[in-house]
Order: sequence, then C-alpha cells, then structure tokens
Amino acid sequence: MLYARLIIMRLFKAVIVLFLIVILNFLLIQLAPGDPAAILAGEAGAADQEFLNQLRERFGLDQPMYVQLWRYVSGIAMLDFGYSYRLGVPVFDLIMARLPATLLLTGTAFLISLVLGIIAGSMAAARVKKPSGSIIMALALVFYATPLFWVALMSVLVFSVYLDWLPAYGFYTVGAGYTGFALVLDVAKHLILPATTLALFFMAIYTRMTRTSMLDAAQQDYVKTARAKGLKPGIIQRRHVLRNALLPIITLAGLQAGQMVGGAILTETVFAWPGIGRLMFEALQQRDYNLLLGIFFFSAALVIVFNIITDLVYRLADPRIKGAS
Amino acid sequence: MKHPLALAISAAALAFTTTALADAPQQGGTVNTIVQPEPPGLVLGMIQNAPTRVVAGNIYEGLLRYTTDLEPIPQLAESWDVSDDGRTYTFHLRENVTWHDGEPFTADDVVFSADVFHRELNPSARAVLQHVESIEATDEHTVVFTLIEPFGPFLLSFEAGTFTMVPEHLYAGTDFRNNEHNDHPIGTGPFKFANWERGTVIELVKNDDYYEEGLPYLDGVNWHIIPDGGSRAVAFENGTIDVLPSGTVENFDIPRLSEMDNVCVTEEGHEYFSPYSMLWMNNREGPTADKRFRQAVMYAMDREFARNVLWNGLGKVPLSAFGSNARFQDDSLEPYDYNPERARELLEEMGYDGEEVTILPLPYGETWTRWAEAVQQNLREVGINVRTQATDVGGWNQRLGDWDYDLAFTYLYQYGDPALGISRTYLSDNIAKGSPWNNVEGYENARVDELFNEAATAYPDEEREALYKEVQEILHEDVPVGWLMELGFPTLYRCDVKDLVNSSVGLNEGFRDAWLDR
Repeated sequence: MLYARLIIMRLFKAVIVLFLIVILNFLLIQLAPGDPAAILAGEAGAADQEFLNQLRERFGLDQPMYVQLWRYVSGIAMLDFGYSYRLGVPVFDLIMARLPATLLLTGTAFLISLVLGIIAGSMAAARVKKPSGSIIMALALVFYATPLFWVALMSVLVFSVYLDWLPAYGFYTVGAGYTGFALVLDVAKHLILPATTLALFFMAIYTRMTRTSMLDAAQQDYVKTARAKGLKPGIIQRRHVLRNALLPIITLAGLQAGQMVGGAILTETVFAWPGIGRLMFEALQQRDYNLLLGIFFFSAALVIVFNIITDLVYRLADPRIKGAS
Repeated sequence: MKHPLALAISAAALAFTTTALADAPQQGGTVNTIVQPEPPGLVLGMIQNAPTRVVAGNIYEGLLRYTTDLEPIPQLAESWDVSDDGRTYTFHLRENVTWHDGEPFTADDVVFSADVFHRELNPSARAVLQHVESIEATDEHTVVFTLIEPFGPFLLSFEAGTFTMVPEHLYAGTDFRNNEHNDHPIGTGPFKFANWERGTVIELVKNDDYYEEGLPYLDGVNWHIIPDGGSRAVAFENGTIDVLPSGTVENFDIPRLSEMDNVCVTEEGHEYFSPYSMLWMNNREGPTADKRFRQAVMYAMDREFARNVLWNGLGKVPLSAFGSNARFQDDSLEPYDYNPERARELLEEMGYDGEEVTILPLPYGETWTRWAEAVQQNLREVGINVRTQATDVGGWNQRLGDWDYDLAFTYLYQYGDPALGISRTYLSDNIAKGSPWNNVEGYENARVDELFNEAATAYPDEEREALYKEVQEILHEDVPVGWLMELGFPTLYRCDVKDLVNSSVGLNEGFRDAWLDR
C-alpha cells in the first residue's frame, strides 16, 4: 500500500520532470551551429537553394521556433517522436531497433561490474592488511584510472590481432549465416570484449566502495555484538557487514543503470556495436535533431525509472527507510 | 622525390596488367568491404552522397560509363548519335534489360527519370537539365534529348551516380521520398539489394538476370559498417575485410597496411570526380581580400611537403584552377612553386600589418587536421599571423555558408569538364549564402563570368578551348582560392580480388567486373 502510493507520487513527478527535460533539450539543441538541411546538402556535395528549401520545408525548419517547439511537444505527448531527418525513418522505430543491442551490452557490463566488484571488494575488506588485499586494490586503482578507449583499443590489439581469440568488432559474424544456439554463441563471443571494457571502470568503483563501506560497517557495535555471541566470521561478513554496507553501492548501481541507454558511445564506436550510443553520436554529427531528442527522451526516462527503482531497493535492503524520501 | 608507396602503386599496376591477361575470371565468392559513414539510404537519384554512391552504384545504372580517360562507353545505352549542330542527342538503349523485379527497362523509364524524378529531387542533374529543352521517347528503345543550345559537357553527365535510371513503374505518381520501395531499391545493375542490418552490414547479391553475359562473377558483396577508423584498419589487417575503399582508413595507416602480404594499392578509379582540394580565401574582407595576400599564401605553402608526408606521396600538386584530369587544361602557366621569399615580398608590398587570419580545417579526420597545422606553420614562417579553429561538420558547413571565415580547407569534385565542376567555384551568379559548395570565396569578375558562360555553350571543342585558356590566365593571376592538391585516394585490396577498378568511378561500380582468384 505504502509502496503503491510512493510509486504513484514518483511517477507523477517524473512526468513533470520529463516534460521540462523535453523543452530544455529542444531549446539547448537550437544552440548548436549548423542546421540539418545544410548538413544533408553538404553531404550530397551539391545543392541549390531549391534543394535546401525543400529539405527545410519537409523538416518543418522553415517555421518559427515556437511553432516547431509546439509541434514537437504535442507530438511527444502522443508518443510520436517524429522522423529522423537523415534516415527518413520514424525515430521510435530506430531507437527500438537499436535498443536490444545496447541493453545486451550495458546490461551484461552492469552485471559483470556489480557482481565482480562486490566480490572483489569483500575479498579486499577481509584481507585488509594482507598482500592479496593490496593487489586487488592496486588493480582496482589501475582500472579506475585507465581511459576506456585505451582499454578498448589495447584489448582489440591483444585478443583479436595478436592472439586471435575473439572477434575485433561487430555484433555477429557477417555472412556466416548462424542460427539458433550457434548464433547465441557467436553473439556472446562478440560481446566479451566490449562488455568487459565497459565493465572495468565501474567494477573498480564497486570494489573500492564495497571495501571502504564494509570496513566502516565492521567497526559498528552490532558487529561486535554478533562476534560476542559467537557467530562465525563468514556469516558476520555476509549478514551483518555486507548488508549494511550495501546502501552506497545501491546508489551507485542506480546511477550506472540510468546510463544504460546512452552511456556506451565510446565502446559502441570502437567495437562497431550497433547500439543507441552510436546512433546518438551520429545523430549529433548530422544535426539530426528529432533523432537526438528522441534518444535524450529515452535516456532521461530511463534515469528517472532507475531512480525510482533505486529508492525501492533501498527500502528492501534497509527496512529502516520508510515513507517519502 | 617519388614516395615508396607511389612506386609500389606503379609496380602493382604493371603486375596487374600482366596477370589480368594470363588468367580467366572465376565465378563465385563473396567480397567483404566497408562503407563509411553509413549511408542515409540507397536510392541513388534521391541521395547522391559518397557512401550511397559507392554501394548503390552496383544496384543502379546510368546510360553511360566512362573509362579512366573519361571516354564514354555503353552502359544502359548501347550507342548514341550527336547531331551536327550539337543540340540533339539520340540514345539507343539495350533491349534485353530488366529491372530487378522482372519488369523490362524501356525508354519511358529514361524520360521519367530525367524529366520528372531528377528535375524534382536532384540538384546535380538539375544543373544539367536546365540546358535541356525536351526529352522524348521516339520508340521503346530510343530517347532523344534536345538542348536549348549546345552544351559541351553533355555527354559527360550520364554517370550512374548523377543521372541514375529509376523504375517508372514503381515511382510514377507517388510521393518519391516516402515511396515504399525506398527500403528495397530496385535497379538494373549487376547486384541486387538483399539486406540492410542497420549499423552492421549492407548485403548485395548477384543479379542472375544481368544483361551482360557471364557478369557479375561474384555471388555477393557485403558492405560492413564500422564507425571507428582504427577498427576498420584492424578488420582489414585480420582478413575480415578484402577491400578498403579510399577514405575508409586514416592516411597514416596506409603505408603499414599496404606493406602487408597480398595487399595491392591503386590510385585509379577517381578520374570522373578528380577530387581537388582547395583553400577558400575570403575575397570580401580582411587581408585575404587583397590579391597579393592570396598570391603570397600560394608561394608560402610547401605543397610538395604536404603531398609527400601527409598524403604518402599520392596525388598531384596542381598548377592552377583546372586540374590535370579536367578537359582544356592550359599547362603553360607558371606554377606557384614554394617560395617564401617571394611571399614575404608580396606581403611587404601590400603593407600587411599582421592582422590575425583564421584557418578552418576540414573536419574529415586526422590527415586534414595535420595538413592545417602544416599550412599554419608555412604561413607563420612568412610572417602571417594565423590561428587554427576547430569545428565539426555542422559547424564547418555553417561557417562557410555564412561566409564567416578567412581561410578554410575543402575539396570539390571536378566531374571531368570545367562547365560541370570548375566554373561553379568562380561564377559570380553562384554566390549565395547557405551552401558550402558554391562560390564561397565571393570572387566577382565580369570577364570570367562571360568567358565561362560562353565556353559552356560554345561548339565545337576548339572554340571552347580558346575561351578556357583566357579564363585560366585570369584566375591564375587573381588566385580567388588556393589550389592545394589534386587528391590521390588510394584503394587497398587483397591482390586476389581481380579487375576491381576498371572505370573512372572506380569502386562505385567496381564489383560488376571483379572476381576472386582463390
């Protein structure tokens, strides 16, 4: 009951926030130099005024800005995201076509980083003054500090070029004609490098945060009590220390999950992964405003959804949190 | 100095001719290549950008093709006649041609494509069609173009990418841009559209009913879409990709890739376009408005260095406004050789006061950025106060379209004839805001206008030659723009892909005759 009311309240707020985001995005995008018609004409390498006028009229760019804004917002209200200027395809279809690939990539990276990060962090916390703990933390620091694109390029160089173990790019092997299980295996192989690359940075953060947070929790009185009543150290770590150390990790996981739609631009580009991030980057270069705004809308919606989910998960992890936050 | 890569190309060309004579083509196999960036669509005629042309040039065809010497040869037109007054062109079409959906290709398709489709959608074709009075199908396989007055380059205008034949039975009476067949292009070419996995690959398959007996040899062509230049180089290195069309990897990767085993390089296949790199110089205001300043820039730039270092020794340092592949080039002009002394003298003569000049590189990748840096250094050495500005494609378009620049890099296609690709840069009625491809520099010279306009419609060629000679002399003296380089765009491919480049548009229709020796 309490949850239901909370969710309704939050969703109501979310709609208002989204509406403001749509307007803000629309206005911000007008600040970028260059208009889509000129870029399309530029790509064609030849353009007369008639060509430019045709394009502007088709895109509605010949209208005053408030008319354009009104058209866009009223379109969105009916879940009509318009057409991509460059590709001439409905924005919604484009996003839906790219969403599975992105979610597969970012979702896998999310799971890898969260699970391995927490495990590594707990191990480091349990070995706080031992060399093995220091090694874990040193590695975490390296992954945390290394730029993503460099890791991506190096992993291609090592695992694809020199060792030839994994494919260097793409979503599946073009022309191989795999189906069923063979296709799943093929996609999985293509997924390893980009997902690992994307996971490393967050994994490092989770490791560091888990360790700190667990060491902190281990100092608390209830842990002393647990130890005093003779519980085994493993159980204390899991039930009392880790559970109480989880809150900051959940916060971070919520943030990472919110970036699942738009957060993999670099990885998708280097590995030619056909996802939303690439679509967004190309749309930006092409000044394909409708498409760009559509992707912004989806990313924003996802961030809001994950914020709500994060709040709910807080309550599961720590029953002391109740009511409105 | 001849660059090692340039030498390797000549050697490969030699080897190529001898083996081509020895081997008979083999059937079968699929070639993997790259298209960059991903094209917006594949309906040539509606879209004419480079990535669309390179893929769809294998699906669609035009009336004529052009040899690497820009001589017209038959494609959909079997033969053609030109009347003595140069105003009537009669094309006799092939009779056994069908569209990919099985319908026959006829003279009505030609009339529809030229008179309806291109007039509405295609700015390049529109520029040619303004010289055309009427287009008529006199029988099922004959089309007559009647011109308002003679137009010298008319026979050069029928290349597939510019003057594509589109099927009347699918497009007539529809909203062309929203036609349901745009997702599944139907042409007459050697390959049929099979599948487009957005962001991953475009697959073409062999057209079994192609009118040329025995062609094509290949079963299909896969165009991979890989957004990162480094990854494209890796894909070629590890063997996934057989052919790297020009411009798909950075120039500094090319020497390394071309030294690999079984890799051949060719510079051919760009003669029709003859990409010509120029430096826009704003003729309206600032130091660049002074002719002497512009001449000084020409003398200050070490273009040989740029060619040898940045472009791996490929391409040509141009003489003047007309590139070496353009018809009627006057090669007796005195070249603007690298001469910093002369540049300093000219700057002193005009009393250049050190006013800051900005330079806008072309946002097309690392080579162009480095080139701008090299030019910046050249200009500083003669005392020009120059600063580079960074921008992306959208910003670059807008700055040029609004004339908000001092110096800016670009390159333009020349299309073989001065009236098609060269005059547009210098004609004063081609000055208009909003496009980065017209007379962006703002050069106005009544005599030049007169000469170019007269030459376009003069007949026969001897008349044109004299007019173009005078125009070249004026332009050479006035330097409306800087002439940087006739670009050499290398195509890299596995040597066992044979007969890949065999016309002046190269890969844009190259897979028609290509075969695999595996």
